[in-house]
Amino acid sequence: MAYSDKVRGIYSDTLKDIEDKGLFKQERFIHSSQAADIEVEFPTGAKTKKVINMCANNYLGLSSHPDVIKAAHEGLDTRGYGMSSVRFICGTQDIHRELENKVTEFLGTEDTILFPSCMDANAGVFEAILTEDDIMISDRLVHASIIDGIRLAPALHDTFKHSNMKHLEKKLQLHADKRLKVVITDGVFSMDGDTAKLDEMVALCDKYDALLFVDDSHSSGFLGKTGKGTHEKYDVVGKIDIITTTFGKALGGASGGCVSGRKEIVEMCRQKARPYLFSNTIAPVVVSGILSVLDTLSKSTERRDKLEKNTEFWRNGLEEAGFVLQDGDTPIVPVMLFNAKLAQNFSNDLYEEGIYAIGFFFPVVPNGKARIRTQISAGHEMHHLEKALAAFIKIGKKYDILGKSKKEIIEMYGM
Amino acid sequence: MEDIKEIVLEYIIDEYWEDEDDEITYDTPLISGGIVDSFSMVSLKRFLEVKYKISIPDDKATPEAFDNVNKIVNLVKEYID
Repeated sequence: MAYSDKVRGIYSDTLKDIEDKGLFKQERFIHSSQAADIEVEFPTGAKTKKVINMCANNYLGLSSHPDVIKAAHEGLDTRGYGMSSVRFICGTQDIHRELENKVTEFLGTEDTILFPSCMDANAGVFEAILTEDDIMISDRLVHASIIDGIRLAPALHDTFKHSNMKHLEKKLQLHADKRLKVVITDGVFSMDGDTAKLDEMVALCDKYDALLFVDDSHSSGFLGKTGKGTHEKYDVVGKIDIITTTFGKALGGASGGCVSGRKEIVEMCRQKARPYLFSNTIAPVVVSGILSVLDTLSKSTERRDKLEKNTEFWRNGLEEAGFVLQDGDTPIVPVMLFNAKLAQNFSNDLYEEGIYAIGFFFPVVPNGKARIRTQISAGHEMHHLEKALAAFIKIGKKYDILGKSKKEIIEMYGM
Repeated sequence: MEDIKEIVLEYIIDEYWEDEDDEITYDTPLISGGIVDSFSMVSLKRFLEVKYKISIPDDKATPEAFDNVNKIVNLVKEYID
């Protein structure tokens, strides 16, 4: 069919419908490198403005670090721009295997396989290792990419209430007859910033002979004493069967992901995972950047320690000011506003004050749970956090929500 | 009908209800309220079909039709002999 007026009209109407429902996603163009201070064009066509970025996944502040950029340049010079092929045919370099080995060592696992992204890792792993005789039991709040991966797998699927170990145990008992059972969770839940109870989950998986899968994208590099991730925080390093993670957040921020864990599972992915078999792997320039990041993290915990201190300052400051926060101790600190319109207005007012932080509302989070999700970085200096906190308090006063409970805010603005 | 309502409500509380501070009623929005997601809707449909020995066509099992206990009961009622 040609791209007729009819076809164009179908898409135009659909896009208008998205806009009418207030769900249209408008991108903000950043005219600088990713950092604590960025130059943003918003709305499109407006003069750029210098703002403090309070919503990036740049947890360790390494996205534009000079050492990473230098390493990336060296990778470009010595290994070229791209692989021009899928990996098992003619697209693997020595640095790809070097990166897999370094990730294995860093995470404390048995082996690792690279994917173009963590979304691809999650899309490939379940189909590669499970059959229709198996069951996947996932936390209700797992990331969308895991849900997509689950949909692609032939195994049965069930869910358990978020972080509810009693419910998980009930489901493990219910599915006791399955050949393989895989319990699936995020390490850090990206909307709320809370962590999975991995110590209890490991104990339950041992008791019921189940595998444990953790997506640690919002944790790798900074959670735990040496930044290994959620499994280090809960002292279960070596006991997680499958870890997927991204290099697109704390670990350099460019792109790429992996499956790391039991060596047979990794080998199954190498043989069968479709995003691995049918897509180019990570570009050499990015591999070199990630290797540099892992070297930096292996030498010192300075950045994750700074991130921890920054997070503590930010969370305490917001709490003392009287905001309603989600419980947690990760750099994801959601400021709860409950009402979608309030979240949007609050975000726009922050932008006027030079603070870039986005409002989240349905369908990204359930109705009545709208919030501004703030994310702290080791790239933030105290002056950034103090200025951002002052702006939050000023706008919090404007809307008269400081010191107000969830119930009171909903009474004022609705859900 | 009250019996079905009670059974469905009890199943939803037992299986999906997370926020024990709040109260769930026959009118509480389940899908749009984020209590039951698309995956969970599948298991809810399966529960209803097994429990009442019915078959609900996929095109009838919409988020709107599953959005509260009252609507679910009305849907089930359509397929019970």
